[in-house]
Parts: sequence; C-alpha cells; structure tokens
Amino acid sequence: MTRYFKATVLENTALNKHFRLLTIDAGRSTLNAQCIPAPGQFYMLHSNSTYDPLLKRPFSIFKHEDNSLKFLYRIRGKGTICLSNLRDGDIIEVIGPLGNSYPEPEGDFIAIAGGVGIASLLPLLDICKNTGYLFYGARSKDELVMLSEAGALSKEVFVATDDGSEGRKGVITELLKSFLNNLKSEISNFKLPIYACGPKPMLKELSEIAHASGMKCYVSLEEHMACGVGACLGCVVKTVSGYRRVCKEGPVFDIKDIVWE
Amino acid sequence: MGITPNSELQTPNLSVDIAGLRLKNPVMTASGTFGYGEEYSEFMDLNRLGAIIAKGLSATPRQGNPTPRIVETPAGMLNAIGLQNIGVKVFIKEKLPFLRKFDIPVIANFFGDSIDEYVQAAVELSGADGVHALEMNISCPNKHAGWIVFGTDPKIMEQVVTAVRKETKLPLIVKLSPNVTDIGIMARVAENCGADAVSLINTITGMVVDVKRRRPVLANNTGGLSGPAVRPIAVRMVWEVFKAVKIPIIGMGGITTAGDALEFLIAGARAVAVGTANFINPTATIDIIDGIERFLADEGILDINEIIGSLRT
Repeated sequence: MTRYFKATVLENTALNKHFRLLTIDAGRSTLNAQCIPAPGQFYMLHSNSTYDPLLKRPFSIFKHEDNSLKFLYRIRGKGTICLSNLRDGDIIEVIGPLGNSYPEPEGDFIAIAGGVGIASLLPLLDICKNTGYLFYGARSKDELVMLSEAGALSKEVFVATDDGSEGRKGVITELLKSFLNNLKSEISNFKLPIYACGPKPMLKELSEIAHASGMKCYVSLEEHMACGVGACLGCVVKTVSGYRRVCKEGPVFDIKDIVWE
Repeated sequence: MGITPNSELQTPNLSVDIAGLRLKNPVMTASGTFGYGEEYSEFMDLNRLGAIIAKGLSATPRQGNPTPRIVETPAGMLNAIGLQNIGVKVFIKEKLPFLRKFDIPVIANFFGDSIDEYVQAAVELSGADGVHALEMNISCPNKHAGWIVFGTDPKIMEQVVTAVRKETKLPLIVKLSPNVTDIGIMARVAENCGADAVSLINTITGMVVDVKRRRPVLANNTGGLSGPAVRPIAVRMVWEVFKAVKIPIIGMGGITTAGDALEFLIAGARAVAVGTANFINPTATIDIIDGIERFLADEGILDINEIIGSLRT
C-alpha cells in the first residue's frame, strides 16, 4: 500500500476554454481501503519529467470510480498548462489521497462554491445526495463548469455570476445572505452547516456571515505547496492557534479558526 | 577485503565514515525537507537511509515567517519558512522516540539568533538519547551583532562555532552558507574551531518579483533557492572546500538523481544530502541509494570510498 504511485491518463477532456477534466487509472493496488479518497481530500500531481515545473501541484478529488480518479481543473499557470497537454496513455506521478476531509453533514447543509471550488464540493454533494443547498458563483456563464452535474445532486441550486450572464449578477455570498435572511424570517433559530471552497475574498466574506449567523462553517483552503505531506511547512495558514499546514491539518478548516490577513 | 575471481558479482561497499559516524550508505536527508522522519516513513523504510538530518531546531519554538513562504522558480524553488519549529524540548519529548526506533544515525540540525541560544540548543540536544550528531545552521542573523549572518563573517562564525564546540562532545557538523565570497575560507574557520565535518551548501539567497504588483512574491521579500538549479554551484563549492580542508564534507544542493549524488562524491563529498527532491519524489533518497549501488557495480568499483574525491582535473 502506498500513496505514491504512477497512473495512466485515461482521458483529459476539454470542457471549455478554461476547464479540463482529467481521468487517470490509479490501478487496483493503489486504491485499496486506506486509499479511497474522501470528499475534500486532494492529490499531488506531476505531469512532466522535466524540472520545470519542478513541483507537483495539489488538486481536489472530483470523482472516484473503481480504479479511476477524476480531477477538475482550471488552466491557470505553468503547472496546469502542462497538465492540459497530457494525452491518453501518458504516465503521471501521483501522491494521495492527502489531507483531511469535510466532516459528513448529518442532515441538510449548504455548499458554497466559487469557480473551480466546485471540484472540491462535488464529491460531498454526491455522497449526501439531494440534501445540499448549492450556492455556485463564477465570473460568467461559461465558467459555471459542471453546473448541471452538481445541480442534479443538490436539493436546490442558487447561481450568481460577476457579469450577470447566468443567475444573479454579483457575488455568490450576497445570494447566500438573502437566502439566510428569508429563512430566518420563516424559521426561528435556523441553522445549517456551511461547506465552502473558493477564492479568498469569498471565504473572508463567508467568515463574517458564519460569525453573524452563528452557523458552523467548514472551508477548504488552497495554498501553494511543495511537498503536500507536511514536511516543508510552505503551505501554512494563520489560525487562532498559530500556523497550521493546509496539506496536513487541512485543507478543511473550521472557518472560525482562520485568521484572515 | 580480497579480490575474488568473480568480483563483479560482489555487492559494492556503500558504507562511509563521517565525523565518527558509520553510515551504511552516504545518502542522508537534508534538514527542513524531511520533517522529523514521520511524514515520509509511510513511503519508505527509513532504515535504508545513511542518516536522517532532522528539521532545524531552536532552543525555544519559532512560529516562522508570514505567507507566502514558497515560490517555484525554473528548476528550483525559493523558501522563506523562517525556521518554524517546535523547539528542542518538544523535539526530544515527542519526535525523538519515533526516530529511536530506527537503526540509523539521527543528526539534529539546530540554530539560534545569539551565541547563547546556539549553545543552549546544542547542550540540550547533546544530552538527549538518540541524537548521534549535531549539524549547526550558521545561516542565521546574529541579533547582538547588527543581524549579520553568522556564517558570512569569519570572526562571528569563529565565535559561535568555538562556543558550541566547547559544550558538546557529539560529532559537530557545520553547515556552510554559500552566500560568501570564498567558501573555502569559511570551511577552514569551521575546521580550525574543531568542527568534525562541514556540510554544504545551504540555500542561495534569491528573490522573485510579482511584476503586476511590483512586490516580492515572498512575504519575507527574499528566500533561499534550492533544487536542481543550484546544483552546479554546489558541486563547485564542494570541490573548493575539498581542496581547502581535511575534515569530511557532506555535499548537498539540488541532488535529484544518483548521477547528481555521484558528482558531489567525486568532487570530494564523503556523504550527500537530498533536499528539495524529497518534495517531488518521496522515495528520491532510496532511488539514489539504489542508483549509486548500480553505478558502482556497473563500473566494477568495490568500495564507494574509491570514488570519493576522485575528480580528475
């Protein structure tokens, strides 16, 4: 049993200009009981054998079926450009699954995704079918990737885009606020756990919402990583009890523990 | 050891002696890239390593630098972790018991920002069961001398190494900074102060600029460059130090493959440490040990000591 292995690319599908869905065959031996990924966990992927880019990149697990692992990613920099050039049959180096996972909700919950943050939340929506209220924000309509798949697994879906090309125009946290206000007027002491993954400004706003409403909120954080296994201390985040490793104590944190800078 | 008719079938000797330690092979883990061994123990049998150099320790815990702490560069990375660590006492209580389970030397790396702090850390580590040698990181600024880095000023370096040497009987390895004009001079200072070995190179100070924000990417502005990009500089410095001192050298700087490690050994290092490569390949050290053994077997070399310092110039 090892969490460090080589895998074969099965598919690397372009979903649109920005997003790809990578499917790799991890092989039966590497996906035994201890290595089944839980929602929120991540893998370090390295797509080329040269030294540039040098480091592996962390990606949330998007889907897991039999021996295959799927990763949804946005082409952003050198690492993801290399990843986007992978073809069927190419070999890729993998470490994972790594980090902690989302605590399983006991009933209904709110999932709030900003952009590619949907990749981390979809497995949670999947194992808790139709119990999650999904709030999904992106820059524009064509960046609301996997919206119908995620929507099909959710109890209700709320969408916002920066340019108004789909759903409400504006940020997704504004939609969440009005949703909570409406419910509060109907049901007193209304509380649902919130699960979030997205850009920092969204999470920061969310920490205020969670604080004001007294609702539990778990966030999956993203940081540049070198090792992914807790050795280098490069990916730390400031918390109320000091710096904590996103790769080891995270990536999922209770939002009230995070010190936003 | 006699030469037998089928010497090509013999397993080459990989063991080396360094600073009074017998290593089963010359491959160690570089400080700060391997935690305290636990993080990588699921990927390999730690008993296969020549030694573990543990993450740097100070007398009291340190929270480290603000983020971002790392940034990737072509064939390398900059880090400014700020020596975040749990402190000597917690290390001895919580991390050493795990390391004691293995049959390999544990080398504790330590530092301070004053001579007193260096001495305090060294004394406490010397009294701990399971610490076999000390590696002294002198690439830290001295708070009592205008924050000049100990390891870049021969006089300040002499003071701190002498002070530590007096207080420990453990093998003492001084880790040299490459951010100096002549690393041979600094190696001689270490030797004259009674160091049992030197290790080099520590990271090379660098900076990456975010051009849109016109700010350094790292919160600390500068960081230490490591990875394959620094390797030729490190090999050159090992060679210079090999010519300057008689004490053994632990070579490091961008070692990623067995071939890289052999460059250092041939240039004069008696052992090597693998750093950034652990991040890319958690079994890098084991792959390098196997690769060195294969190289020796292929070349018909029976003892690794034959190639150490064998550079032809």
